[in-house]
Amino acid sequence: MRPISRIIIALAALLMLVTLIQPIWRIDLWAPQYPEGLLLQIFHDRFTGNVSQINGLNHYIGMATIHNEMFPEFRIMRYVIGILVAWGLVAALIGRLWALGSWLFGLLAFVIWAMWDMYSWGWNYGHNLDPKAAIQIEGMAYQPPLFGHKTLLNFEAWSFPDVGGYFLFGSITLAVLVFIYEWKKPRAISA
Amino acid sequence: MRRTPLTTALPLLLAAGLAIPLVQGCKPANTKSAVTGDAASKVFVPPGQYDEFYNFVSGGFNGQMSVYGIPSGRMLRNIPVFSVNPESGWGYSEETKPMLMSSHGFIPWDDSHHVEPSMTDGVPDGRWMFINGNNTPRIALIDLTTFRTKTIIEIPNSAGNHSSPFITPNSEYVVAGTRFSLPLGDEAQRDVPIDTYKENFKGTISFVHPDAATGKMSIAFQIKTPGIDFDLSHAGKGPSDGWFFFSCYNTEQAHELLEVNASQNDKDFIMAVNWKKAEQYAKDGKGKMVPGKHYMNHYSDETHMATSEVINEVLQLDPKELTDLLYFMPCPKSPHGCDVDPSGEYIVGSGKLAALIPVFSFEKMIKAIDNKDFEGQFDGIPVLKYEDVLHGEVKRPGLGPLHTEFDDKGFAYSSMFVSSEIVKWNVKTLEVVDRVPTYYSIGHLSIPGGDSRKPWGKYVIAYNKITKDRYLPTGPELAQSAQLFSIDGPKMELLSDYPSIGEPHYAQSLPADLIKDKSVKFFKIEDNKHPYVTRGEKEARVVRDGKNVHVYMTCIRSHFSPDNIEGIKMGDDVYFHVTNLEQDWDVPHGFAVKGAATAELLIMPGETQTLKWTPTSVGVKPFYCTDFCSALHQEMQGYIRVSPAGSNIKLTANTKSANAGL
Repeated sequence: MRPISRIIIALAALLMLVTLIQPIWRIDLWAPQYPEGLLLQIFHDRFTGNVSQINGLNHYIGMATIHNEMFPEFRIMRYVIGILVAWGLVAALIGRLWALGSWLFGLLAFVIWAMWDMYSWGWNYGHNLDPKAAIQIEGMAYQPPLFGHKTLLNFEAWSFPDVGGYFLFGSITLAVLVFIYEWKKPRAISA
Repeated sequence: MRRTPLTTALPLLLAAGLAIPLVQGCKPANTKSAVTGDAASKVFVPPGQYDEFYNFVSGGFNGQMSVYGIPSGRMLRNIPVFSVNPESGWGYSEETKPMLMSSHGFIPWDDSHHVEPSMTDGVPDGRWMFINGNNTPRIALIDLTTFRTKTIIEIPNSAGNHSSPFITPNSEYVVAGTRFSLPLGDEAQRDVPIDTYKENFKGTISFVHPDAATGKMSIAFQIKTPGIDFDLSHAGKGPSDGWFFFSCYNTEQAHELLEVNASQNDKDFIMAVNWKKAEQYAKDGKGKMVPGKHYMNHYSDETHMATSEVINEVLQLDPKELTDLLYFMPCPKSPHGCDVDPSGEYIVGSGKLAALIPVFSFEKMIKAIDNKDFEGQFDGIPVLKYEDVLHGEVKRPGLGPLHTEFDDKGFAYSSMFVSSEIVKWNVKTLEVVDRVPTYYSIGHLSIPGGDSRKPWGKYVIAYNKITKDRYLPTGPELAQSAQLFSIDGPKMELLSDYPSIGEPHYAQSLPADLIKDKSVKFFKIEDNKHPYVTRGEKEARVVRDGKNVHVYMTCIRSHFSPDNIEGIKMGDDVYFHVTNLEQDWDVPHGFAVKGAATAELLIMPGETQTLKWTPTSVGVKPFYCTDFCSALHQEMQGYIRVSPAGSNIKLTANTKSANAGL
């Protein structure tokens, strides 16, 4: 691979470190009596935002209370991200297309796992309701949207990546572009 | 034509018929015809939008301070200050009772007249509001982050704290001048015949220092004055910073039938006080400590409770010894308002019985003092010559001038009680440029920042003393009537009428931006240092201490913990220490228990408040939340069982949690 490609790969790997300090995902909630909105931000190791208000509201409909301790993912995520960054740096060092391909595979596997994990968490959270809840609506589940917008009773909910998430997708996009570029270019010139 | 009685009478009847509308046409116009053009659009604040100004209005005989939005005239809040307020437990809860303590004991009421903002460089800074208590002399400090009364200090050796709580340009002091002079000193000196007024009665002017960090107040020093009545005051600013001006009446020193006997002198006084000098004398130990028992009550937002401090003496300065503290400027006919223009050069005295408004010049006053050019003395205080200190007189302004406020373009606006109008005049040229009727009999008037160095000269509000037919009648007792005028054009223009509560006297308006973003939304539960706080349902419990039972209670949407209590006996006093565990804006909970003589509690999120309840009969009594807090508000209730004295029912409390984790 060209030196510039290797530099970009190393850079893309390092950019992923932002996910360790910035929120990766965000869920915004809005209802008429919450004109200022409620926000749930997901970091690699914790929730922040209006967690207690959301818990307070959710108890009416029997949803479980959210605690950071409930999620083993929060304990291992930093290592997963660390491995992915190291993997990217090694791929840049090796400088071969197969190495980049293996990193790309790792990244995509991580994203698919993370999205599936979030979906299954949301499904459980929205469906496993306390049978003694004060408000019970026949057939109603409160699974938050995985991506995009959804209406949940009096609330409008939006689910989108946050700063860390955008950096993660930026890294993957860079890796994909470099891969395509290196793959399409005449092999002979490659050193 | 043959003249019949009818044709003879016809012209007369026609004339009479014409005369009736003519007579009616001669009646003065009222505001039905006074509102013109697009007044409605100027006061209309569309739903979801905010007013431009916060308007803080004294409550007069209700002892409170109310808050309005301007220009809409919508009432936003009524802040309990000197009077008990059962709806929030102010003066009833254990935490707030000390706020109303005084050397006379617990006083549930006062008469609050004047509102003054904290200032930096002579401009309102949006930190605090001050308001005076007239009857039991006090000054209150209201915190504009919580809109609550934070400190109340009692003023000793004073009676009728009327010329208060006007402030110096950097909030060094708020003043308190006594309306009634009194015999002062020890018991024997105080017990004298009333007709020894001239020899035994003295006035005092107190300088109260608010601490910038804590908002606690203390009396820095008190100046003893001749025995006359002090009415209103304002601090100098700019060139006159360091001076304070007080209007004085009853220089006749009458003690009976004041209506007549205090209106004899052609001129009374504006008293000029060199407070910078007084401050220096106080620092240099030139004063002496005299008896002056008073209370300083302070509410802490950390412990969520008030404590009282009792102070027994005050530092008094005697101008008979310190001869360059006080000077009298003669001012026509029982002056009321005493107002200083934004430049700090002109002092306006409003002789309420005079047919003119004198305007004094600070520069001329200093020159006359430096030349020691005195007309004479009044009880040992030098009296300056009227002509020497006069800038000029506003001729024929109207009848009964009371108060003057200023805009940012060099104009003054004076209220005329008797002729019921606002008169606008040029401060330099003293020419009257506009006048507008008010409905009816205006007292105070208020321009945003109108007594500061930087008025926001957009509106003037008239606080009228007579309401009569302004609104739908409500029996003999009516709301008070405020009127909003636009003053940004050359002519004053009436925009709207709106009712106000209590009896507004002075008021202040501040741009919303100075205050709104600093507003506290709730108290952090982890910062709650109340000695009886319950930080979570796991800590909820009931503790007996002899005849006192302390209930450590929590509330959160929508239950109390504990919600059932047994083992209370007749003769017990039950203290419900209720902590609101909510951590969100606008989720107060209420707490009321059957038969409570202590009103109720309204507990803000993160706060602890205590209701003392003394059971009056055996049985099971309910308690419940009084503030509609959620869809399950009506379920937010509990029971407390009261058994006969000597029963051996164990003290128990049900603290089972309705939802784990909250």
